[in-house]
Amino acid sequence: MQKYSIFNLVKNAFSNHENWDLAWKDPTPKEEYDVVIIGGGGHGLATAYYLAKEHNITNVAIIEKGWIGGGNVGRNTTIIRSNYMHDENGLFSEFGMDLWRKMSQDLNYNVMFSPRGIINLAHSDAQMNAYARRGNSMRLNGIDAVLLNREQVREIIPMADFSENVRFPIFGGLMQPSAGTARHDAVAWGYARQADSMGVDIIQNCEVTGFDVVAGKIKGIRTSRGNIKAKKVGICVAGSTNILAEKLNMTLPIETHLLQACVSEPVKPVLDNVVTFGAGHFYVSQSDKGEMVMGGDLDGYNSYAQRGNLPTLQHVLTEGIAMMPFLSKLKMLRTWGGIMDMSMDGSPIIDKTHIEGLYLNCGWCYGGFKATPASGWTFAHTIAQDRVHELNAGYSLNRFNTGHLIDEKGLGTKTWIS
Amino acid sequence: MLYINCPHCGMRSQNEFSYGGDASVKRPELNKEVSDQEWDNFVYNRKSLRGKHLELWQHISGCRQWIKVERDTVTHEIFRTFKADEEVA
Repeated sequence: MQKYSIFNLVKNAFSNHENWDLAWKDPTPKEEYDVVIIGGGGHGLATAYYLAKEHNITNVAIIEKGWIGGGNVGRNTTIIRSNYMHDENGLFSEFGMDLWRKMSQDLNYNVMFSPRGIINLAHSDAQMNAYARRGNSMRLNGIDAVLLNREQVREIIPMADFSENVRFPIFGGLMQPSAGTARHDAVAWGYARQADSMGVDIIQNCEVTGFDVVAGKIKGIRTSRGNIKAKKVGICVAGSTNILAEKLNMTLPIETHLLQACVSEPVKPVLDNVVTFGAGHFYVSQSDKGEMVMGGDLDGYNSYAQRGNLPTLQHVLTEGIAMMPFLSKLKMLRTWGGIMDMSMDGSPIIDKTHIEGLYLNCGWCYGGFKATPASGWTFAHTIAQDRVHELNAGYSLNRFNTGHLIDEKGLGTKTWIS
Repeated sequence: MLYINCPHCGMRSQNEFSYGGDASVKRPELNKEVSDQEWDNFVYNRKSLRGKHLELWQHISGCRQWIKVERDTVTHEIFRTFKADEEVA
């Protein structure tokens, strides 16, 4: 593989950049693989990469119905954080933070990781108490957390509404300084390029139509480009999880919902951090191009549409303007939507299934992007070793049966509870 | 914007409604032995169909009745609406 470096950049400048290698190939599916990963999103690509890198398994195919970077990995708001209270989520995400910090060097691809900090605003004494508790839990798990009072928040984001007569006055906030953002497309392309260079076949425009299961053991998959035999199959298809589960006669604690995001026209630097509005469903950051990147809550009903509806957008932006009134002056540049695999307790599932050799990675709700490296790393471990790693032991499929739910926020698909 | 034909009030905008999820889910019968699997299926497990989906909505800013709506989860087309106790053929 051609290394991306300043020297290669200069060298290729002499040939008008026409002789760069393709970042990844377009192979024809082989008859058989050791491992087939269904879903060429961030998590699938990361899984294949760590299978090759950490476990030396390179006879791997990624089967993608669309194209690399066309799903949720290209549709999110690029936020990376580990500000969770519970051990299962905190330790898992903080492990991921380490991988994020090293990612650009590791992948030889600039993912533009920018640890600019995230601030969750608090609007009451009770919320300040809850954030103090969450912050302490985070620090016990080695995650940085700072509780900010009203004046400290005002210093960092003076453009927020600090007037006295607002419906949700800002009391303070919880900040994770090491949280941040990264360039989402680069994450997908970086993982794809490295996985490809280690021998992984990235097969795009190939839809999975069925599974071959014999005597409780996976034998292969059926696709729109023919049957492929496989010793092990990993599913990480986010919002399409239920479609594949139906082909396996499984019903899962997952519902597919639509989540929207939008960006404004680019403006000069005004916001250094990621800020969430603690009284509702709104968060905002500013991209390197100057666009305000905004998001909020689900559209509220089951959807596979990959495009949003206006009432939710209006609701989300109303909250945004309540938090930062200057946003009302900006023009909207783009809006879009992605389909989320919403689990019933709001936490993901990375586990084996009742079918031998079939593994499941789903339920990422709002937090799929930031989990990309940790999810890929633990899923690769689960597939390669045929047992879960301690980092994803809490993300079991049967926790809904045994009652070991992860009560991080207790929302799941039912967002109206908040 | 979705427009939902409330069987009690007529055609109204989605803003008047709140969503209640899959209407095909059945609560296990009372006064009978209920297995863990049956509880799981009632509380957590969902088919989350792609295409035609029968679901509950509440006309919360209207007559406050629960209704059933048959909607396509890809195109959002609404085919039919029913009263909550109406049998769906």
